[in-house]
Amino acid sequence: MSDEPRRLAIVIFGGTVDKLYPAAIMTSGAVMNDMDVDIFVTFWGMMAFRKGAPYQVQTVSKDYEEMGAEMMRVMQEKKVPSWYDTLQQAKEIGNVHVHACAMTADLFELGQDDFEPIVDDIIGVGEFIDMAANAATTLYLG
Amino acid sequence: MSDVQVTKEIDARGSFCPGPMMELIRVVRSSEVGDVVAVLSSDQGSRRDIPTWVEKAKHELVGIETLDGYDRILVKKLH
Repeated sequence: MSDEPRRLAIVIFGGTVDKLYPAAIMTSGAVMNDMDVDIFVTFWGMMAFRKGAPYQVQTVSKDYEEMGAEMMRVMQEKKVPSWYDTLQQAKEIGNVHVHACAMTADLFELGQDDFEPIVDDIIGVGEFIDMAANAATTLYLG
Repeated sequence: MSDVQVTKEIDARGSFCPGPMMELIRVVRSSEVGDVVAVLSSDQGSRRDIPTWVEKAKHELVGIETLDGYDRILVKKLH
């Protein structure tokens, strides 16, 4: 086995809880497997990382709209930690970096200070694709 | 397994995958070598994930007890 850790790259494009949860849970799975994780948040996904936004996100994708409220009710009743707490826990334990998309940030005139501290930096797509090229797997969550 | 000295017990019953596994990793990291950590988990994913992680992370799976609706998984920190 080489000393270089295996890597997982994730693109979060969608900003609904049914996109954000898988990102957080799969990041946790990668951390269990000693993989480093680079998450690129873009468009609606990036909006969920703005200051104050993570705990406000309550909606699910349009496709599953009619099941959304019931899903959230069950999750709250069973005390499932939020996607954001799950992601934060993974980041505390493992080597996880969250990168905001420079293009989207410019478009909406957002700077580093507009994001939650979990966001490490704002990077261009070229830099992220280089990370993805060196990753074992890349997941796109739209 | 009643003769095993458990250093710390994590009661993760009722919490869902990946909760019990992540809590175990956190506690094992902050434990001393030789400590035995017990995880109580009712989650199906963790029943499979924890032994796999223990093997990969090169710790020791002391045992799994199946109790009333949950598992008690004992892990010894080896390094």
